[in-house]
Amino acid sequence: MEPLEIVDRIKDKFFSEVVDVKEFRDQVSVSVKREKLLEICRYLHDDPDIHMDYLADLLGVDYPDNKFRFEVVYNLFSMKYEHRILIKALLPEDDPVVESVVSVWNGANWHEREACDMYGIVFNNHPDLRRILMPEDWEGYPLRKDYPLKGPEREYKGFEEVKELHTHDDEWMITD
Amino acid sequence: MADAENNSRIATKELTLNMGPQHPATHGVLRLVLDLDGEVITKCTPYVGYLHRGVEKLAENRSYMQILPLTDRLDYISAMSNNLGYCIAVEKLFGIKVPERTEYIRTIVGEMSRIANHLLWLATHALDIGAMTVFLYCFREREAILDLFERLCGARLTVTYPRIGGLKNDVDAKWLQDVYEFTNEFPMRVEQYETLINKNRIWLRRTKGIGVISAEEAINWGMSGPTLRGSGVPYDVRKIEKYGVYDKVKWEVCTGKNGDIYDRYRVRMDEFLQSNSIIRQCIDQIPEGPIMADAPKFTLPAKDKVLSDMEHLIHHFVLITKGPQTAPEGELYVSTEVPKGELGFHFVSDGEGKPYRMRVRSPSFVHVSALPKLCEGEMIADLIGNIGSIDIVLGECDR
Repeated sequence: MEPLEIVDRIKDKFFSEVVDVKEFRDQVSVSVKREKLLEICRYLHDDPDIHMDYLADLLGVDYPDNKFRFEVVYNLFSMKYEHRILIKALLPEDDPVVESVVSVWNGANWHEREACDMYGIVFNNHPDLRRILMPEDWEGYPLRKDYPLKGPEREYKGFEEVKELHTHDDEWMITD
Repeated sequence: MADAENNSRIATKELTLNMGPQHPATHGVLRLVLDLDGEVITKCTPYVGYLHRGVEKLAENRSYMQILPLTDRLDYISAMSNNLGYCIAVEKLFGIKVPERTEYIRTIVGEMSRIANHLLWLATHALDIGAMTVFLYCFREREAILDLFERLCGARLTVTYPRIGGLKNDVDAKWLQDVYEFTNEFPMRVEQYETLINKNRIWLRRTKGIGVISAEEAINWGMSGPTLRGSGVPYDVRKIEKYGVYDKVKWEVCTGKNGDIYDRYRVRMDEFLQSNSIIRQCIDQIPEGPIMADAPKFTLPAKDKVLSDMEHLIHHFVLITKGPQTAPEGELYVSTEVPKGELGFHFVSDGEGKPYRMRVRSPSFVHVSALPKLCEGEMIADLIGNIGSIDIVLGECDR
């Protein structure tokens, strides 16, 4: 099926949800409101003519100047029909929450954790939403546009245990 | 009878075992926390991120040309394929078409990189399971490929050979001939590896029927590459996305049937021969011609002109430091088939010389996320085989 036909199908079923449709180099992206995202995804996955069984990718994007600051892009592909479509959920800055799609595609699990880690987007009903790439006690969300590329200059203090070891260094020094 | 009664009185409890991040069989800095019931894994929790370098954040602050060397460091086992994937994605974003000779050379080096990657995979996977000899044989052939890469571009591992819109330099006839000689010999080498392990009963017992994942589940988990094809799904990005000259040469998508470790091993062994055949056909067909695309706004000028001509020097300088000033606005996802699976680059471009957002969809990241699915309910000894069979590299997983 051509991507634009899929868009028509989505519009038939969820007309009030579709905000914007864009096409670039034969790839079509559909921006939707976040409220019914899970239903749309389940429909695309289950419908026998669309059959989006493969979640190729899931990512967050940050647009600080937009009304909806965050976007979550779902990159869907069908193994059977070999067609692709990008679904974008729009999230406001003060409440970046969207329903998790792990119940539809298991592969979304870690992608959603990464989007949470990097952008602070919260995925409702996610089985295990923790930081994934950054340390668990990290503060801030690194891929947001207002996050600095370089952190403040801090002196590396080192691990207490290692310092403890080094206090005995001089006992081992060989002196003539 | 008495034994059974005694056993039932022994108190048992689950054991939590930490594996990694420094462990020779995890192929990098992967840490697994395993809950064990006897020798059976009841829960497996992978922890990644030890090699996180923030490539995506860096990319938002570098020009398109400056990102290219970063892509070598994603999957450093097959850096050439990563470079190619990145260049192909950027070319599609810019709308550049590369010359035919370049397509051929790219296909040749891409398949050489696939052979080198699978050789390293076979070597370490067999070593993990206990077949030491294969390791030494595989490294002999891998060395030959790395030597050819060195002659081609001066680097063995982090090659940075392709450029946006073309290649760093052309190949000469002698180099092509040496590659051809390598491919003459290579099928015989593959046979040698197979004699070492194909009838090895320990190998068969440790791979057949272990780590099984069905086709539907593998798709649902987002697996790709040989790991997915082992379950019998003929999904190969080389057949779907139009890149390289894969439509001009004869080759088949190798698939397995049962989706166990053995079938994933078979798929990669068959891919050796397919890649070998693709390289041979490419060398037979390769045409003469230019290697850089005719798109001066996006591609670097020739080096000899940069060194002798002021305008070209300035142009080169601007392209490297600020990036192309006329990049189109848009958002697209381009994927290529790297040895480990589907490597995708998702670009959001706002028309500046650097990407607004670059996302790397790495196969290893997805495969590690599916590792609990593969190994839960199986013996702890089979975990090593499972990790080997999904062919991960943590540089790509953590980015």
